[in-house]
Amino acid sequence: MATIPTTASEIAAAVAAGSITAREVLEAHLARIDARESEINAFNLVTADVARAQADAIDADIAAGRPVGPLAGVPIALKDNMCTHGIETTCSSKILEGWKPPYDATVVTRLRAAGAVMVGKTNLDEFAMGSSTENSAFGATRNPLDTARVPGGSSGGSAAAVAAGFSPVSLGSDTGGSIRQPAALCGVVGVKPTYGRVSRYGLVAYASSLDQIGPFATTVADAALITEVIAGHDEKDSTSIPQPSPSLVGAASQGVAGMRIGRVVDLPGGAEPEVSARLDAAFEALAAAGATIVDITLPSLGYALTAYYLIAPAEASSNLARFDGVRYGLRVNAADTNAMYGATRAAGFGDEVKRRIMLGTYALSAGYYDAYYGKALKVRRLIAQDFDKAYESVDTILMPTSPLVAFKFGEKADDPMSMYLCDIYTIPTNLAGHPAMSVPFGTGAHGLPVGIQVLAPALGEEAMFRVGGALEAAAGGAQ
Amino acid sequence: MTQSGSPISAADVAKVAHLARLDIDDAQVENFTEQLAKVMGHFGDIDALDLTGIEPMTQPYPLVNVMREDVELPTLDTDEVLASAPAAEERRFRVPPIVGTEG
Amino acid sequence: MSDSPLSSIVATEEQMLPGGWEMIVGLEVHVELATRTKLFSGSPNRFGDEPNINIDPVTLGLPGALPVLNKQAVELAMRIGLALNCRIQRCIFHRKNYFYPDQPKAYQISQYDLPLNADGFLALPSGAVIGVERAHLEEDTGKSTHIGGATGRIHGSDYSLMDFNRAGVPLVEIVSRPDIRTSEQAREYVSELRAILEAIGASDAKMEEGSMRCDANVSVHKPGTPFGTRCEIKNVNSIRALGRAIDYEARRQIDIIDSGGVIRQETRHWDDAEGRTHTLRTKEDADDYRYFPEPDLVTVDPSPEWIEAVRAALPPLPAARRAMLQELTGYDPQSEAIIVAVERGQHEYVKAIADAGGDPVKALIYVTQAFAEAGASPAVPAADIAALTLLERDNKLSATQAKTVLAEIVANGGGDAAAIAAAKGFEAMDTSAVEAMVDEAIAADPDAWAKYCAGEEKAAGAIVGRIMKASKGKADGKVVSAIMQSRRGS
Repeated sequence: MATIPTTASEIAAAVAAGSITAREVLEAHLARIDARESEINAFNLVTADVARAQADAIDADIAAGRPVGPLAGVPIALKDNMCTHGIETTCSSKILEGWKPPYDATVVTRLRAAGAVMVGKTNLDEFAMGSSTENSAFGATRNPLDTARVPGGSSGGSAAAVAAGFSPVSLGSDTGGSIRQPAALCGVVGVKPTYGRVSRYGLVAYASSLDQIGPFATTVADAALITEVIAGHDEKDSTSIPQPSPSLVGAASQGVAGMRIGRVVDLPGGAEPEVSARLDAAFEALAAAGATIVDITLPSLGYALTAYYLIAPAEASSNLARFDGVRYGLRVNAADTNAMYGATRAAGFGDEVKRRIMLGTYALSAGYYDAYYGKALKVRRLIAQDFDKAYESVDTILMPTSPLVAFKFGEKADDPMSMYLCDIYTIPTNLAGHPAMSVPFGTGAHGLPVGIQVLAPALGEEAMFRVGGALEAAAGGAQ
Repeated sequence: MTQSGSPISAADVAKVAHLARLDIDDAQVENFTEQLAKVMGHFGDIDALDLTGIEPMTQPYPLVNVMREDVELPTLDTDEVLASAPAAEERRFRVPPIVGTEG
Repeated sequence: MSDSPLSSIVATEEQMLPGGWEMIVGLEVHVELATRTKLFSGSPNRFGDEPNINIDPVTLGLPGALPVLNKQAVELAMRIGLALNCRIQRCIFHRKNYFYPDQPKAYQISQYDLPLNADGFLALPSGAVIGVERAHLEEDTGKSTHIGGATGRIHGSDYSLMDFNRAGVPLVEIVSRPDIRTSEQAREYVSELRAILEAIGASDAKMEEGSMRCDANVSVHKPGTPFGTRCEIKNVNSIRALGRAIDYEARRQIDIIDSGGVIRQETRHWDDAEGRTHTLRTKEDADDYRYFPEPDLVTVDPSPEWIEAVRAALPPLPAARRAMLQELTGYDPQSEAIIVAVERGQHEYVKAIADAGGDPVKALIYVTQAFAEAGASPAVPAADIAALTLLERDNKLSATQAKTVLAEIVANGGGDAAAIAAAKGFEAMDTSAVEAMVDEAIAADPDAWAKYCAGEEKAAGAIVGRIMKASKGKADGKVVSAIMQSRRGS
C-alpha cells in the first residue's frame, strides 16, 4: 500500500491523480481509530460503513474518469451537533440519544459534494456548552497529547480526532471559543470564520447569534481549503452573508510583509507566563517576517465574559426549549404534558446545560430583561465598536487563544466560573461576529502546545490566513 | 431597575426552573441558587459601564430584508418523522393530556 | 392593547347599557394569509390535508432548522396595513417563549415592540371610526385533537394528538384600539374587516374554518370614569357569537360590580351552546413570555418604493365598491343588495352589465339574485344580461318571464335574451288582453276585490295570482297593478 499523505490537500491531490484510492486512505484512518479510539473517545459514532460507501463511490468516479471535488477521498470527522440524514446526531446529550435527523446540514451537503468522506460524529460538551468536553453525556474525550488532560471544548472530539490522526480534518462549531480553544489545547489549527460565512442550517443551535461552524486541520492551508468548501451563501440561513466563498488557500503562503498587526496593550490578564511568552515570540516572528506591530487598546474587552454569559445562555434557554419530548428525542412519561416536560428535561439534560438554561431564563424573565439581557446587548455593541476602532489602524490582532494549556480532568469541573474564564480571549470575536483562528506556536507549561490567536475584522479571512500561515512557518522554522 | 449584581434567591430559582420546565428537587434548588448567585455576582461588573445612548446589538452582521419567494419546497416524509417520535397514533404525535392553556 | 385611562369616544344614548354603564371593547383578530407556503418555510399552506404532510424541519422545530421569511406574506401583511391606513415601518421579529404541545419550538416567532403595521384605523359603514393599534406578522400553531373524556374537550381527555400542518402558517394579528362601544359595532367591525381582507386577497377570512379568529377585550365603566378591568374572551367562532359573547360579558361584569364585586383580569372562554363565558385562567398565572429579538431572522425594512408598489396594486376596498354601486344604481350603500354584491365580489360584474348598456338597477338585482350560488365571476357575457335588463325595463317581458330567461342564460353560460323569450313564447301581452283578464279575475273573486277597494292592499294578491295563472306568467305585474288601480279609481 502506498504511503498515506498526512494533509487533506495532499490526499485529495493523490486520490484525484489515482496514485492512491480513497478506500486506502479511509482504511488507514479507520485502522488508527481502531488502535486508539478506546483511549481517546473522540467519537460518539464511527460511521465506517457510510465512509466506505462514500470512498468507493469516489474511487468509482475516478476509475470512470468523472470529475471529482476538491476534497476527493479526504476523511473528515463532524462534531455531533451537525445534522446528518439518517445518522444519529446526539449533541452528546441523553435528550437526543438515538435521534436520526431526516435531513442534512448544509455543511454536510457541501462536504459530500466536494468528495469528502465522513468517518464519524465527534464528542462534545453537551449542546456545545463547555470548555473541556467533560460535559458530554457519553464520557469525556482525552487529549491525545496527554490523556490525563482535557482536549478543551466544546469541540474536543473534533480537535482530538485531528490531533490523533483519526482524520486529517474535522468540523467544529464555535460559540465562545469552542473551535479555537480545543485547537490550541490539542496543538492543531482551528478556525472560526466570520459570523454568517458558513451556513448554520442543520447545526443544532446553542446561541444563534454567536454560533459559527469552522474547521480543524493540521496545517493552515488545509484549514483554508475546508473553509473555502463550506463557506458561501445559503438561502436556508437568513443570517448567511451574501458574499461568495473567499479564495483562501493562497493567502496562507502569501506572507505578512507590510501588514499591520495589533498588540492589545490593555489585554485582560490571567494568561500563564509561558503563554504570554509565546505571544511575545509570535510578535517577534511576524515583525521579522516584515509585519509592523502596532499597539492598540480594546477597553471593553474585560466585560466580554459577562456579556457572553448573559447572551449565550439567554438564547440557549429558548433554543433548547424545543426538547420537550413531543416530536423527537427522549420522553419521560407522566400524567400530563407539563409533568412530562419537567421530567423529560430533568432527565435528559446534564448539569451544565441546566445551569445555562436557568441562567438564560432568569436573564430574560420579567423584571430582569433590562438589567441583564438588555444591558449585555449594549456591552456587546461597545466591544464591537472597540474592534472597529482598532481595525482602523491594524489589519489583524494577535492574542493568546487560551490563557492556559490543557488542564487535567476534574480541575475545573466543579467551579463553573473558573471554567468560563477559559474563554476570556476567544469570546470577544464571537460577540463582534469576526473571524479568528488558533495556530499552534510552540509549547508552554509541561511541554503542552500553546495556540496563538489571529483576529481579523468581519470578512477579513484573507488577512487572517496570511498571518496564520506566517505563524505556522515561523513555528516550523523554530522547531 | 434591578442591578445585575443582585443576589438570586431560592424562590427565583424555583420560579425560573418552572418557566424552563426543569424539574429540580430542593437540594438542586439550593445548589443552583449558590452557583448562579456566584456567577451573577461576577456579572455585576457591567453595572460600572455607562451605556447611555448605546444601541443594543442583537446580531453581528447587519443584513436587511432577507426573504424567500413564496414557492413550495419538498416536505419531509411523515412516516420517517413519526418513526422518531416518542409516541404516535393516526399519523399524529401523541402526547399526555394537556393541562393549562396556551399562550 | 393600550387602554387610554379616559375615553374620548363615548357611547351615544342608544348605545348606553342600562344603569348608565358603557362597554369598552377592543378586538384582536387573527387572520391566516393566503400564501402558497408557510411564513418561514416552503411547506404548503393548505387547509384540510391529511395530518402531518405539510411538514419540514422548520415547521417541526427540528434541531438545526432555521426560518426564512416568506416575501409574499410580508406583502399581504403590507396590503392589510395599507387597507387599514397603518404606517408601514422597519420591523423585527421576536420570540415569544412558552411551552405547549402545538408550539413545536416552544416559542412563537411574532412581532413585539416593532410591528410591521402601526397606528391605523377602520371606518365602519355606519360611520364610526375604530383605531387600529397594530397589525403584525406571526406564525400559527399546530392543531390538537383531544381523545377520550367528554368528546373533543381538552378537560378530562385521556391524551391528545398533534398535527403540525397548520404550524407555521402565516398570520396577521390585527389589534384594534378599545374604541368599540356596542356589540353591533363589534360585529360591524369584523364584517367590514372580513370584506376588506377578501377584497385585497390577503385571506379567505373564514371564521368557520378558523382562517379568521377573533378575541374580544371587554370592560365596562361609567362615562367620565376610567376604564374598568378587562377580560379577554376567546373561542368566538362566528360574528353572531361575537355579538352574543360581548353582550353576555358586559352584563356579567355589570352584575358583579352592581352586587359589590370586583372584576378580575382574566381570560374567559365563550361557550356558544350555553351562551356564557367561563374562566380559562387568571392573569396571575399567565406565563412570563421572555420576549427577545429573534436572532435567526434579520430586520425587515420596506422601502418607500416597495410600499408604493403594494399600494398601487391594491384593488378598490369595499367602501369604494359600495360607493361605486351607489353611484350606478342610486341605492343606499347600506342596502342589502349593494352589501351582498360587494361581499360576493360581484360589483365589477354589475358595472360591466351597466357599461354594456344594461339597466344598472336591474343588473344589481339580477346579479345578486340569480348568481347567489354562481360565485363572484359568472361566465356569462355581461352584454347578454344587459340585453335582458332592457327587455324587462321596456316592459317587453314581465318580471317573472325575465327571471325564467335569466335562469336559462345562466344555465347555458350565455344566450340571446330576445331569442330565448321568443322561443318560450314570451311576448308582451296586449294591454287590452290584460284588461280583460283583470275583469275576469275581479268577477271570479268579488270578496277580494271588495277588500282591495276598501284599501286592504294585500287583498290584491289573490286577484294578481289569478291573472298570472291565467296568463301563465306572461302578464306584466306592473301593467296588472296599474289596471287594477285604475279600476279601483285610485
